[in-house]
Amino acid sequence: MKGNEAVAEAAIRAGCKCFFGYPITPQNELPAYFAKKLQASGGVFLQAESEIAAINMVLGAASAGVRSMTSSSSPGISLKAEGISYIAGSDLPCVIVNVQRGGPGLGSIQPSQADYLQATKAMGHGDFHVIVYAPCSVQEMVDTVFKAFEIADLYRMPVMILADGLLGQMMEPVSFPDFTLSEPTKKWAADGHGGKRKKNIINSLFLQPDDLERTIRERFARYDEIKARETEAELYMTEDADIVLVAYGATARVVKSAVNLAREQGIKAGLVRPVTLWPFPEKELNEGAQNARALLCCEMSMGQMVDDVKLAINCSKPVTFYGRTGGSIPSPTEILEEIKRIGGVV
Amino acid sequence: MAVIFQKPKSLSDVTQHYCPGCTHGIIHRLIAEVIDDMDIEGETVGISPVGCSVLAYNYFNFDMIQAPHGRAPAVATGVKRARPDLFTFTYQGDGDLAAIGTAEMVHAASRGENITIIFVNNTIYGMTGGQMAPTTLSGQVTQTTPFGRDIKTAGYPIRVCEMLATLEGTAFARRVSVDTPQNVREAKKAIAKAFELQKNEAGFSIVEILSTCPTNWGLNPLNSLKRIREEVIPYYPLGVYKDKTKEGESS
Repeated sequence: MKGNEAVAEAAIRAGCKCFFGYPITPQNELPAYFAKKLQASGGVFLQAESEIAAINMVLGAASAGVRSMTSSSSPGISLKAEGISYIAGSDLPCVIVNVQRGGPGLGSIQPSQADYLQATKAMGHGDFHVIVYAPCSVQEMVDTVFKAFEIADLYRMPVMILADGLLGQMMEPVSFPDFTLSEPTKKWAADGHGGKRKKNIINSLFLQPDDLERTIRERFARYDEIKARETEAELYMTEDADIVLVAYGATARVVKSAVNLAREQGIKAGLVRPVTLWPFPEKELNEGAQNARALLCCEMSMGQMVDDVKLAINCSKPVTFYGRTGGSIPSPTEILEEIKRIGGVV
Repeated sequence: MAVIFQKPKSLSDVTQHYCPGCTHGIIHRLIAEVIDDMDIEGETVGISPVGCSVLAYNYFNFDMIQAPHGRAPAVATGVKRARPDLFTFTYQGDGDLAAIGTAEMVHAASRGENITIIFVNNTIYGMTGGQMAPTTLSGQVTQTTPFGRDIKTAGYPIRVCEMLATLEGTAFARRVSVDTPQNVREAKKAIAKAFELQKNEAGFSIVEILSTCPTNWGLNPLNSLKRIREEVIPYYPLGVYKDKTKEGESS
């Protein structure tokens, strides 16, 4: 199944009742699948007039307590930034998929990982975070979608699945596990008080500085919980690794091949693959890089996650970067060459 | 003793922040009265905008959502599509609706979205200190048109009801005013009709209400009402611009 379609099918199985989107390549199969299938499962598909309207429709549906989702690609995600900030500021759950393409501007329609900083550091104005998952296969995309809806409801916040054009367009065998939904009762929702409770207000405005500070601090206390409980990473052949590579998403697949090639040639390489980009798996990275002499961060960008890698290990070891950008995908041999080069200089 | 006048149930018992002479208070009351009359307080979700009426979520006694600037019709669409059994209206000023929210307004109407927009047109951005709005009249002095709105550089004021009436999805569009007791009664009728249309799943409805801004117009409350009659209504004539119901078709 194609990555984009698998995400949509998984979302329907995860109890997503509303999808609002706008056409943009390379994620078009995702809304198209919803358009075909969501209504039959009692849900709502609506093609909005803009990315901005789409995210605000998500805001409305989520406010009413209904599992909702939108998807887009890089330029479209920039347009959604305002709405994502309001959703975070109003403590609303939702799932947002970014099938990244090359940027800045209209960039390209080829795969890219150049939205890392946007997703993990500044997904809109103000003090807030979204949880960011970076799956690396179609199967993992499916599994992540289910988790994303659960986690969004659990912590009442937006969850982003940061994919890329490669993951969205690739076809892989996939199985859909039996999801057991655990959607909580949403007592906070604006869904009509029915004369049974006080009115609910969904709001991100706090005119008194003390009130806003308290709200944000409460939210950040929740972020600490998320860091402790939800951080995920995959460690691959790191136990004895001299050189530890760090990569996420589609790039991690290429890097894994490069690690295998290096091992065949007697070079002790390993891989740490962050599964959550926010929170960033600092502890897992340090564990994986324990015996390493050097780290090599690989991305489809000019180097964005590499800063988090340096911070996570507190610059205690040399960290180098190798990246391709503009829609180019690095090859395993390219990365192997880089591993050898670093192996030589360390 | 029989109670002959009281606060509607759908209005919260709190002090409103509106300036003296501003007609937001009247409009809030009319909405609350209609919701009481229809007995739909428990199933209503109101959407407040960005602007003077942002705090409307504190003033109504039903569930409320505060939308990003101009996006209220999209938020209302999300609510209504997710829960068609709920009653949803947006409360928006001229800047929110007819400038930054133009796309959301036009497309909600075009889709025939079964929501109601209460559009409060006071020809100025009030909350931010009186800047030119899309509805600011030609020659009107504002903070950003200190020499009066010059059509040559700032363009023409937008007539929202007339524009939306051209769209197939619009079921009802009416412009009213709250400058006289008689007009206040008419305004209430218009709101009641729009809300009834939504209950009957007739599609998109909008009630534009001409409103005062004594503070930013630099006029006292009485002269503000006078300005509505002498300057605002002549450019924004009161009336029904679209009515897809049987009464509307026969008139």
